[in-house]
Amino acid sequence: MTTRWFGEKVQRVEDDRLLRGHGHFTDDIDESALESVLVRSPFAHARIRSIDVTAARAMPGVVAVYTAADLPFGHTDLPILIPHPNLTHGRTQRCLASEVVRYLGEAVVFVVAETRAIAEDAAELVQVDYEPLPVVITPEAAARADHLVHDDVPGNVAAELIQEAGAVEAALAASPRRKRLHFRFERGAASPMEGRAVWSRWSAAEHKLTVYDSTQSPTSIRGGLAVLFGLPESNVDVIAPDVGGGFGPKIMLFYPDELLVPFAAMKLGRPVKWTEDRQEHFTATNQERGQVHEIEVGFDDEGKLLALDVDFIHDGGAYTPYGIILPIITAAQVPGPYRVPNYRVRFRDMYTNATPTSPYRGAGRPHACFVMERTLDAIAAELGLDRTEVRRRNLIEPDQFPYEVGVVWQDGNQVVYDSGDYPALVERALEMLGPRPEGDHIGMGLSPYVEGTGVGPYEGAHVHVLASGKVVAATGIPNQGQGHATVWAQIVADQLGVDVSDVEVSSGDTRRFQWGVGTFASRAAIMAGNAMAVAAGMVAEKAKHIAAEHLEADPADLELAGGRVRVKGSPERGIPLAAVAVLSNPMRYAFGGGTEAATQFAAKPRPGPPLRAGEQPGLEATGYFSPVGSAWAAGCHAAYVRVDPKTYRLEILKYVVVHDCGRLINPLVVEGQIEGGVAQGIGGAFYERLAYDDEGQLRNASFMEFLMPYATEIPAIEIDHIETPSPLNPLGIKGAGEAGVIPVGAVLAAAIEEALGVPITEMPLSPLKLFELSRQS
Amino acid sequence: MRVNGVVHAAPSDTRRLLSDHLRHDLGLTGTHVGCEHGVCGCCTVLLDGAPVRSCLMLAVQAEGHEVTTIEGLAADGAPLHPVQQAFHECHGLQCGFCTPGFVMSVVGLLAQHPNPTAEQVDEGISGNLCRCTGYASIRRAVVRAAELSKK
Repeated sequence: MTTRWFGEKVQRVEDDRLLRGHGHFTDDIDESALESVLVRSPFAHARIRSIDVTAARAMPGVVAVYTAADLPFGHTDLPILIPHPNLTHGRTQRCLASEVVRYLGEAVVFVVAETRAIAEDAAELVQVDYEPLPVVITPEAAARADHLVHDDVPGNVAAELIQEAGAVEAALAASPRRKRLHFRFERGAASPMEGRAVWSRWSAAEHKLTVYDSTQSPTSIRGGLAVLFGLPESNVDVIAPDVGGGFGPKIMLFYPDELLVPFAAMKLGRPVKWTEDRQEHFTATNQERGQVHEIEVGFDDEGKLLALDVDFIHDGGAYTPYGIILPIITAAQVPGPYRVPNYRVRFRDMYTNATPTSPYRGAGRPHACFVMERTLDAIAAELGLDRTEVRRRNLIEPDQFPYEVGVVWQDGNQVVYDSGDYPALVERALEMLGPRPEGDHIGMGLSPYVEGTGVGPYEGAHVHVLASGKVVAATGIPNQGQGHATVWAQIVADQLGVDVSDVEVSSGDTRRFQWGVGTFASRAAIMAGNAMAVAAGMVAEKAKHIAAEHLEADPADLELAGGRVRVKGSPERGIPLAAVAVLSNPMRYAFGGGTEAATQFAAKPRPGPPLRAGEQPGLEATGYFSPVGSAWAAGCHAAYVRVDPKTYRLEILKYVVVHDCGRLINPLVVEGQIEGGVAQGIGGAFYERLAYDDEGQLRNASFMEFLMPYATEIPAIEIDHIETPSPLNPLGIKGAGEAGVIPVGAVLAAAIEEALGVPITEMPLSPLKLFELSRQS
Repeated sequence: MRVNGVVHAAPSDTRRLLSDHLRHDLGLTGTHVGCEHGVCGCCTVLLDGAPVRSCLMLAVQAEGHEVTTIEGLAADGAPLHPVQQAFHECHGLQCGFCTPGFVMSVVGLLAQHPNPTAEQVDEGISGNLCRCTGYASIRRAVVRAAELSKK
């Protein structure tokens, strides 16, 4: 394989139309669609006494108003996406609530009208009589269980899981030093710039349902809709067009609108669309990160870890549609890049009267990293040791791979780190960080981390060389801005010896590729990237075999380069790939770019039928990639900050990232992922806070008060890479999507703690929080 | 009102927002709507050359004015506008949803400050939210756009 494109800073192929305003986002689709609005619960917990939609239905321009009673699936619990034996009390919501609402923003009534304005006006005419019930809003309140979120779930505990590697009690008892710590992380919100949206059309003539959905998993949505509506999957097309950022919560299976919009389109015989507004996004789209951790750590006088006992509760929200993946990831990722000889972790997934949780970029890892790094900082403080030195003494060494942690991973297998060089990451980060800036109230933070990426089960790809010589490549996994079309084109172009601009990539469109899982867990590059390489490799082999006959050469002596299949060492002896594409289809007539070149060869006599046993027409192939386990990326972030002692304003003086995601396909794209992740991490650590009150009302459900950082809050970030290829996939790559966000909280906590001299044990922070902490200490 | 040089009648619905009018009545869907309360800047267009939030304006208020949207910067098939080109070269966009708003803000910024200082760059883009890039590549794009604009 030539490696001309792999590793290059190739500028993105998807930019041009996005820059010209020709992107294709779900809300851009109109086709005279009816518009819809959801009436949502204004209470975090209430019994529904009655629902009266008479006035709304009577309003001119209203086409339909649906309550649970009007839906054939109105009394069906929505699915649990990832069941788990320890999820003993899994509960999911129904498409529309009719008895009890359990979080602010839960959907109750669906209104469809000629225009959005009419639908909004009609929604205000819907009368729902609620009887408010006691609200459980924090995970601590859930654990106290004074009130229950679900009457039939004792103690509000959805799931409990205990794992132990080694013998923690004995190791703690034998430890020269022991320390108890408490760390709290609040909920955060992904807040992609595009909210969620669904558009659907039913064609009665074709008996076909078409759905455009700003989802991270169109293939799963299609499978679910086919079952629900009793259609063969081939009669359901689900397309994730351009998606304006995902970051996790755009995958759930199902949000109510993902069922209601197609249902209404089928029922009403007209296209129907629904576009989330920003306010409802704040409560109706999943959140994450709320966790409270109790730690006991045993260590020796050198700062070496001997035992770690972690017990945490996870704020799961009102339902468990996504199973217990989040606390499983935290449990697996607390040890991070360190040797923890005895590790025990217990979690309980708690129901609260808040929006359900599912992964948000980082997914259980930022909190895990925070817990471990704060613990090491506490050890360093107690022993009077340098914080970095304590880390050095506990890092897994490069000769210890593969390294088994002793707990289960989100795919059900054991956590086994495949490769890495953690000490090198730390030393390089220190080198880049350089000397401490002059001045008062300056602090330094440093945090290495690991990230399990590229979880299975599989992804696939279809690669097809057209008669023009152009290549189309398709995969089921969708894109939310990560530059997939570019990096996959690079991979395919290398395999086929063509230019990147000759490869057009389609993703997240079940019409083009119907199998797949979805974009999450930093898996797209590994899973679909390797699938692209497999499929394109199959096409290359096929091209060589076809060309070999016409060039009278051995296929093994051929190579694909410069848009041709040619003899190695005699590049003038070759045939254009376009001509091979024409030859691959043994038909009587041909038309298109490669035809003329193919003709001179096509006359060659060939014994047997034109299509022999085992041969298929067309220069195309479908390939799949399925890994034996996750590839473990790693990195180290470090920063100097200054905190103004009067205003508590945070100034990030320097922020460096050393990153190892194995072999880099496109450094431009990877660095974009890191820069964006760090910014999201900074926002989550210091500016953004979901301000729920005791009644479960979100007091800041707007961008006016939920303070996402602007450019003025985000510093320049210096990035360097080391590459330890993953042995678990042919391309040697690891995922990069979440790396930027994971250690930011840990780094800023350490730096701010040093700058102000107050202990930091919680996230998020803010100037007000720092003022309060300073006053207490 | 004139939109990208073409005269259009104002909408009959007086409560129609300019953003909705551009997107849904004129089919100019490059102008995006991210928050509808004037914070995110996705819906930024130029009104007589100056950046404004089209979600905070009624369409009828644009009557008698020249509106420029992202589609008006470079004709189909023509090379990208220098600001668009700079965003491409510097990887200044990922999902592309906030991008039209940023591009329009930067066009406005460079009209005012053809050689912006680092502070003016931050100030000029500080009315636009981006959740993907972390802004670093957008800052680089503004500097590059200033260079390209002089060529």
